[in-house]
Amino acid sequence: MTNDTKTAGLVMTDVEICLRDHRLIALSAKVQPSEVLTVMGPSGSGKSTLLAYIGGFLDPVFKARGQVVIGGDNLTDLAPESRRAGILFQDPLLFPHMSVGANVAFAVPATISARRERQRIAADALAEMELDGFAGRDPATLSGGQKARVALARILVSRPRLLLLDEPFSKLDMALRQQMRRLVFTKARDAGLPVILVTHEEADAQAAGGEIHRIDAVSRQPP
Amino acid sequence: MLLTVAVLTLPLSFGLLGTLLPALGYLPALGGHGFGLDHFRTLLAVPGIGASVLLSFANGLATTAIAVAVTALFLAAFAGTSVLGRLQHWLSPLLAVPQAAAAFGLILLIAPSGYLIRLAAPFAGIDRPPDLLIPHDPLGITMMAALVLKEIPFLFLVSLAALPQLDLPASRRLAASLGYGRIAGFLYLLWPGVYRQIRFAVYAVLAYSSSVVDVALILGPSLPGTLATRLLEWMNDPDLSARFLASAGAILQLGVTVTALLLWHFTERAGGIALTALRDRGHRFPRDRSMRIAASSAVVVTCATVFSGLALLLLWSIAGLWTFPDLMPKELTLRTWQNGLARIVPPVITTLSAGVISTLIAVLLTIGCLERETETGRKAGDSALLLLYLPLIMPQITFLFGLQLLFIGSGATDRFAALILVHLVFVLPYVFLSLSDAWRQFDTRYDVLAAALGRSRLSALLAIRLPMLTRAILTAFAVGFAVSVGQYLPTVLIGEGRIQTITTEAVALASGGNRRVIGVYALLQTLLPFIIFAVASIVPALLYRNRRAMQV
Repeated sequence: MTNDTKTAGLVMTDVEICLRDHRLIALSAKVQPSEVLTVMGPSGSGKSTLLAYIGGFLDPVFKARGQVVIGGDNLTDLAPESRRAGILFQDPLLFPHMSVGANVAFAVPATISARRERQRIAADALAEMELDGFAGRDPATLSGGQKARVALARILVSRPRLLLLDEPFSKLDMALRQQMRRLVFTKARDAGLPVILVTHEEADAQAAGGEIHRIDAVSRQPP
Repeated sequence: MLLTVAVLTLPLSFGLLGTLLPALGYLPALGGHGFGLDHFRTLLAVPGIGASVLLSFANGLATTAIAVAVTALFLAAFAGTSVLGRLQHWLSPLLAVPQAAAAFGLILLIAPSGYLIRLAAPFAGIDRPPDLLIPHDPLGITMMAALVLKEIPFLFLVSLAALPQLDLPASRRLAASLGYGRIAGFLYLLWPGVYRQIRFAVYAVLAYSSSVVDVALILGPSLPGTLATRLLEWMNDPDLSARFLASAGAILQLGVTVTALLLWHFTERAGGIALTALRDRGHRFPRDRSMRIAASSAVVVTCATVFSGLALLLLWSIAGLWTFPDLMPKELTLRTWQNGLARIVPPVITTLSAGVISTLIAVLLTIGCLERETETGRKAGDSALLLLYLPLIMPQITFLFGLQLLFIGSGATDRFAALILVHLVFVLPYVFLSLSDAWRQFDTRYDVLAAALGRSRLSALLAIRLPMLTRAILTAFAVGFAVSVGQYLPTVLIGEGRIQTITTEAVALASGGNRRVIGVYALLQTLLPFIIFAVASIVPALLYRNRRAMQV
């Protein structure tokens, strides 16, 4: 990977997200490159809104404020597509109308415009996930684990500055879950990305190994 | 967004104004400068005007009531069962059959020399067509039948789109476990929710059937005809002063439709109260087998009538000598098609180009609106829906008169562009209604993902959302195109009789009664939308033949 994926740490200052009278999130934190901040809370506690705020797709019914700074940029000032905040959801969400290779190539930054070059980068990224020769495949024919790895390859190829994980392991079966956790955290560390993981599973938090922020305690207090 | 609102409301309001002013006597081009109610007085003195009004009024209410009742009972009896799935395959294509073609097919089936009587002839000892006034029966029963044939599939499909919002299986189980019959359980628990979502569509049906022109010309009574057909007559009167009368009549038509809508509104209330009363007394109607059979028979008869009508159109179009009461023509020949071909090509080209262009504009406007909605996260409410339905609820004839006058008065010469704009007014609502559900159900996480991968909204729209919605977009296109093909009145009025489409030609043939030629035109009229629907289903299948998740 090139230099500009090696990012500075992520600094969140007085981030607060409210829904009507309820404060869902209140958080200040620093996440160094290659470190993981785990946000834990039961379902319905609004923990995913933090990722939505950082990524720039928070539903307007929520009121949010606070700074999210990385490498000197305040992310909340930028348009979502300029934030380079990579995200993984519960579902791999591969684009069903594209081949596996096209899915990954779609994420290659616009600065690389040669088609051949984009395809090569995609093929390399797939090879790194032990998916050599999968470029021409229909995503619908892949196993759950293979889809998850394609989704990860797609995110990494886009050269994100940070990684947002929205319970990405919860739909995988036990054996696969272990494997994917290891893979995701290893890749994030290698790329030097600060990671925010949102989950309700203790095991996820332990595997992540970083600081844990629990939000069930503060979630129902009025601001 | 604003453009879409303008497309919908400007023609309506200007058209209404352009009708209202001459109705009140103001039309300087024809020497009308004062305002007054003289033309309304003349109108009310026209012989048979009361009968015409009553006919339009009763026609609207009766067909709507029948169509709603059949739809409600059929859904109540079969929603969530395999019977519904099977019949849906037959009902859905009916939506694409143009109203005029369905009406012609009905004539070939039930006229005194039609196929049903031919079938019965050997047993009843009939050797010449009985002397019955069908079509054009004075009560308009044939006309109502033809309208109901098309309204049932429309209401059925609209209701089907409303069903997923309700928990059908759970309600069915609950009602059954409490001992309610299938129909009663559905009507008590689910129908009010369905009806709330389809009520604008019902109003559109009511408004349409109380002011319909083409079907009334083909099948409806004459002497007196329905109000709308008489208006058209006055409008085409070589004596230009009849236009004042026509405009006053168009305002009267608006009154008739609005009154029918109000009466329907009271019927809704009464129906609701009756349903509640039955429910509160705990009537369970557990033995509703006969009702279920009746409901499914009504739907089967609907499908069978339209499809056999189309088959008869085909048979007549290739028939040589075919005397009563033979069941088959003596010979089959392509002569009618060959003779007609040269004359058919220009109107077919006009139909195709007007349909494709107006629908294309409608699809683009719809996508623009929906994308704006996605972006701002604001979902259009009931008032936006009403705005969308407004061109379908206001009687066409009421504002088209005014639009025609404005168009002529403005000195504009591009008749074809005007035609496309007018078609757009009617195509746009259907395209929007057809596409919006699929659009709103789209998983927005794909949008988030595209942005996270550094793609702009436009790029995400073009590369992700539109391709993934290919099928829904093409279907909406086909629906819009079918609507455009079916337009009779807008084409005749805005084209000033000088633009011929396959539909205006077919309706003009009605009075001639040449069944072979009618067969050719009505079939072509049906064929055009069907081809587009076929393309709409084949193209995505081919395009994504290697993508399993994109198959239906």
